[in-house]
Amino acid sequence: MSGVAARTAERTYAAVMNVPERPMRWAQARLGTGRLAWLFVAPNLAIFGIFTFLPIAINFVYAFTGGPELMPADRAVIGLANLRELLSCSNYLNPNTCTRDIFWDGVWNTLRFVVLQVGLMILFSLITALVLNRKVIGRGFFRAAFFYPVLLSPVVVALIWKWILQRYGVLNAVATDVGLHPVDWLLNGSSAFSWTVFVSIWAHMGFYTLILLAGLQAIPADIYEAAAMDAAPPWRTFRRITLPLLMPSMLVVLVLGLIRAVQIFDEVYVLTGGGPGTATTYLVQFIYQTGFAAQVREYGLAAAASLLLAGVLLVLTLVQLRATRGSR
Amino acid sequence: MTSAAQLLTARRGRFRADWTDWVSYAYLILGVIVMFGPVLWLFASSFKSEAGLNQFPPTLLPWQPTQVQVAGQPAPLPLVRVLTGAHAGEELAEVRRIGLIAQLVDPRTPNQVIRLRADAIKPVMQVRAAWDNYTGLFSKFNFLRYLFNSVFITVVATLITLLINSMAAFALSKYRFRGRDGVFLLMIATLMIPPTIILVPNFLIASALGLVNSLWGVILPGVATPTGVFLLRQYMLTLPDDLIEAARMDNASEWRIYWRIVLPLSAPALAVLAIFSVMWRWNEFLWPLIVLTRNEHFTLPLALYSFQGELTTSWNYILSMTVITLLPVTIIFILLQRRITQGIASAGVK
Repeated sequence: MSGVAARTAERTYAAVMNVPERPMRWAQARLGTGRLAWLFVAPNLAIFGIFTFLPIAINFVYAFTGGPELMPADRAVIGLANLRELLSCSNYLNPNTCTRDIFWDGVWNTLRFVVLQVGLMILFSLITALVLNRKVIGRGFFRAAFFYPVLLSPVVVALIWKWILQRYGVLNAVATDVGLHPVDWLLNGSSAFSWTVFVSIWAHMGFYTLILLAGLQAIPADIYEAAAMDAAPPWRTFRRITLPLLMPSMLVVLVLGLIRAVQIFDEVYVLTGGGPGTATTYLVQFIYQTGFAAQVREYGLAAAASLLLAGVLLVLTLVQLRATRGSR
Repeated sequence: MTSAAQLLTARRGRFRADWTDWVSYAYLILGVIVMFGPVLWLFASSFKSEAGLNQFPPTLLPWQPTQVQVAGQPAPLPLVRVLTGAHAGEELAEVRRIGLIAQLVDPRTPNQVIRLRADAIKPVMQVRAAWDNYTGLFSKFNFLRYLFNSVFITVVATLITLLINSMAAFALSKYRFRGRDGVFLLMIATLMIPPTIILVPNFLIASALGLVNSLWGVILPGVATPTGVFLLRQYMLTLPDDLIEAARMDNASEWRIYWRIVLPLSAPALAVLAIFSVMWRWNEFLWPLIVLTRNEHFTLPLALYSFQGELTTSWNYILSMTVITLLPVTIIFILLQRRITQGIASAGVK
């Protein structure tokens, strides 16, 4: 049975891959082996060109033009007006004084979210990796359990927690059991915010735990043996050996975590829709809503906001390059 | 194997387990509950009837009122247990309830109506899965369509991803040509440009190419991936060049060398990329949300998102659809757990 399937798969593979044989042989004869290489990278480069590099250029066009038209040729050049509109505020700490208050709500929410989420996530990932690095029975199982949510779709993640957090959900049942009042967890601004932090840590920490665990396992065992020989107390061993040697992995985790957290959207959008009010509206949601979900699509503003986000990400990436180069 | 004795001897070099071991296990077990519990709760809830879902406090198992078929009654009746009075302990079927008085019949003597106060009876519950949550998906929703869309996007995108990224990786690892390092750097540089910052122009390009409201609009933008090129190139660099030279001696074309020799030898790296690609595609949300606006093009995550926004849709179908959406990923994970975790630890990508 499986033999037949394997043979059919093999035959299909051969039949499909044989199709470009003649043109490629012809190209090889015409171009020579060296230039044939370009033909091999061409499909990939074409996709990158059309869907990554070209968009970067067009994004600038949108950012500096206005109007609801999608076609760049139909749009009026307005220079820095989009950026100015986003950035005009009489008091930057108070979004209500800004022309685009939701943008600034998004900025401050994202900032608070990033600091809390990345900080706590690294802390828990580190603790988990340290525990998993010990001689634990069933380590593979525990590692898998912590990693499993990473694979779930953000929509699934959001619905799992929405179901738990709803008014008549299991969390409120537990709360009433211990004598507390049931709470509408997602209808109160600060509790909804905390839950978006928690849920995104829940969904992503397994990934960072794995990287830190790999970093821990790369630390040579004889260093620890030497420390044990010197009867170094565990805390000092951790501070003087583990932590410094884990620094490269920690940096990777920190920067990757920051880059991802700044772009938080999917699971939060499904979980809270950005609410209540704008309590959990983050930057990417602002871009999505202004560009695609609003009655009047303001492509220019969305592109200008993307540009600002890209600036932040560029700085983070440069820091990462700096850091990884420094550690090697 | 994992006996209590072993648990006690899993120590840090001393004879007895010390307190740090207990703390570790407590942490891990708590962790498993927090990480796994919510998914299990979703799974258990997905078998409850609508009434069961609205019940507070909720139960773990799908308890439902027991129904009996009584002669002379058109529909099955709920079974109740009598708590007090002359019929105490008997199980009767409830025909109807008028105010506080319930009209009951004994299923064995269906013609004799017994009237009792409602507080003297209690429904008899039994654990019964509400399979209708799952079967109803097919009759009440366009569910097969969403499933097809998701599967189509995942399979086609993964096949194209494997093909074009391995072609690029082959050229970048096995040929010396002018501009090779530049091309490689350019591809890796795209790691720095996440899709979230080029949404608007990508939407323009998709609509200019007629890809809006087409599954290809979801598939194409993501098929070239820097992660894929990097992963495959690093692997192909380790393949000995002698094999390729030998094939050239036999007058094999370069294309043939690629698909007959290099690709089969790169199977482990291709498998890792295939797993990643399947996960990415199956779970994708923001870009499909922008490109696919019509119901008939929805993928499973999009359908889930749009249903949970409609207040009229009840949770029972959302829960079962969520379970179906997470099932394939879960099965792949159970089967290929080691390969996935190792692939991520070594490549540092997700």
